[in-house]
Amino acid sequence: MSSTSGPLTGSTATTVDERSRLQRLARHPVTHFVLVRGVLHTAVVLLGVMVVTFGLILLVPGDPVRIALGTRYSPETYEALRAASGLDRPLAVQLGSYIGHAVTGDLGVSFRSGEPVTALLLQRLPATASLAFAGVVVGLLLAIPAGVYSALREGRVADAVIRVTSQVGVSVPDFWMGILLITLFSSTLGWLPSSGYTPFSEDPAGWLRNLTLPAVTVGLVAGSIMTRYVRSAVLEVLGSGWVRTARSKGLPQQQVLRRHVLRNAVVPVVTIVGIQMATLLGGVVVVEVVFAWPGLGRLTYEAVAARDYPVIQGAVLLMGALFLLINLLVDVLYAVVDPRIRQR
Amino acid sequence: MTTSLPTADTSTEMVEDDSPRPGTLRLLLRNPVSLAGALVLLLVVLAAVLGPTLAPYGANDTDVTRALQGPSGTHWFGTDDLGRDQFSRVLVAARVSMEVALVSVGISLVVGVGVGLVSGYLGGVTDGVLMRVVDVLFAFPVLLLALAIVAVLGPGLSSAMIAIGVVYTPIFARVARASTLSVRNEPYVQASRTMGTGNAYVVWHHVLPNISGPVIVQTSLSLAFAILSEAALSFLGLGVQPPRPSWGRMLFDAQDFVGVAWWMSVFPGLAILLTTLAFNLVGDGLGQVLDPKRRTALAAQAGGRR
Repeated sequence: MSSTSGPLTGSTATTVDERSRLQRLARHPVTHFVLVRGVLHTAVVLLGVMVVTFGLILLVPGDPVRIALGTRYSPETYEALRAASGLDRPLAVQLGSYIGHAVTGDLGVSFRSGEPVTALLLQRLPATASLAFAGVVVGLLLAIPAGVYSALREGRVADAVIRVTSQVGVSVPDFWMGILLITLFSSTLGWLPSSGYTPFSEDPAGWLRNLTLPAVTVGLVAGSIMTRYVRSAVLEVLGSGWVRTARSKGLPQQQVLRRHVLRNAVVPVVTIVGIQMATLLGGVVVVEVVFAWPGLGRLTYEAVAARDYPVIQGAVLLMGALFLLINLLVDVLYAVVDPRIRQR
Repeated sequence: MTTSLPTADTSTEMVEDDSPRPGTLRLLLRNPVSLAGALVLLLVVLAAVLGPTLAPYGANDTDVTRALQGPSGTHWFGTDDLGRDQFSRVLVAARVSMEVALVSVGISLVVGVGVGLVSGYLGGVTDGVLMRVVDVLFAFPVLLLALAIVAVLGPGLSSAMIAIGVVYTPIFARVARASTLSVRNEPYVQASRTMGTGNAYVVWHHVLPNISGPVIVQTSLSLAFAILSEAALSFLGLGVQPPRPSWGRMLFDAQDFVGVAWWMSVFPGLAILLTTLAFNLVGDGLGQVLDPKRRTALAAQAGGRR
């Protein structure tokens, strides 16, 4: 469509057209329906997520407060902590108040430090988010060329090599990859630091130096997963009628690829990027431990070691909620961008 | 699963022309990549069964005079800081990894497929409620949820098994439900229901055998993830407990000797990688062979080459 109007009307006309089309779509009743249904569904599942995180503490054999305090504590500390955590009230009341507080952003206080859990989580979120984001970027830099090339050479040697390599990438334990990268680039070559974190606002160069190895570790695995999706997305478009039409009317391969194949493969790939981002936010636990990265994963790990249950609950709840929100966002975007979804 | 296989022959008269069982294995091993995966898997299973007898040294035999030696004829994978033979430890640790993987995936398989079958077959409110529960479990990041479960139950082997089992249940439920939905309206299921056959009988004899393909594929892929998850939990000190050797824990110990003894981190990691890769490759191969459309193409190729 754009290939026929392009040479005559120029690019400005198409962008204006595009914008009004998007505005029309956003007001479209079906888009609203997708949004409302999505929000409702997310709310229900989020409620379930809260019930599960609340329920975790009930599974602790014995008294969680006693376990958290260890062997030496005064009765006053015990009573204070128990009352603060609300564990002395009936179960239904506890659940109600847990959900009520969680909705307003109050996730209780840490057994270990007495600090509010929400503050602890928010302190650590930027480190984890930057690692997950950098990991997705590294992953895309690998996955897009590899996936597109693999699809274009389907069934040939290059395709087989890329597919087996991506299988290897999916099977590598990320923390092992981290240890190997530290061995090579820190211990042997001394190019990059093996651990630590510098906030971007303090020292951008130091931030990048510290981020590189963990991001590559995460990105290699994420890239392997995304390569498969890029490949199948491109393959699907390659088999479509309009690509056959574009080819048969004699468009050069480059143009077919750019205008017809890649454009249409973007939508499913964006979905995967969203899901990968959501997965990585909660999936980089062990990599954070290996690189002493002060993110949510390491916070959870430390909380597990200290039996700091409110922090564990809070971290699990936050990650579950973020996963749901990102998914909702992707679903809505999908409905706005892809007309075929709206017709369902 | 083994009980459901013979019934597949009797219930599906229309696919009698290709013999289901030996054909699948033959087709699978015809693919060089799947064959390689299957061979590695065979090695790992052998190590898991015979590991302690094959190991040249005891897994926990320390000998400080031989500490931190590189790979050699006497110590193929070198020795660690306590002089323990790394090859023996990697070999012996195969069993515990397989144990955790099999038990945990067993849990997710039974529970997940059960939920998926009921949900897909009954539909309606049951389906809605069960799938929302699955959605809830699905929302949690796998390793974080496993970590939380282990934190609650206390570190150890059985906690790790339960945690990994719970975490991978939703995937099985979704796979089983999706396949059940497509099988539910097939003529042979409808006919059987019209004849007044009980739901339990229909599910067991008609639905289950016909959704086994995707479930088997998912089992193989989940075993791969379970191996990775167990290694991660053991790495964090929450899974297999010392003195029992485990690949994850060996990697944790190796961190202190990163620049000194590369062999301490390379070999246990390779063991995890190869086992996971083998399960993934076999799972992918099974996916191709058990997919009816692709199977026809593969069978035609195989027939042509004979």
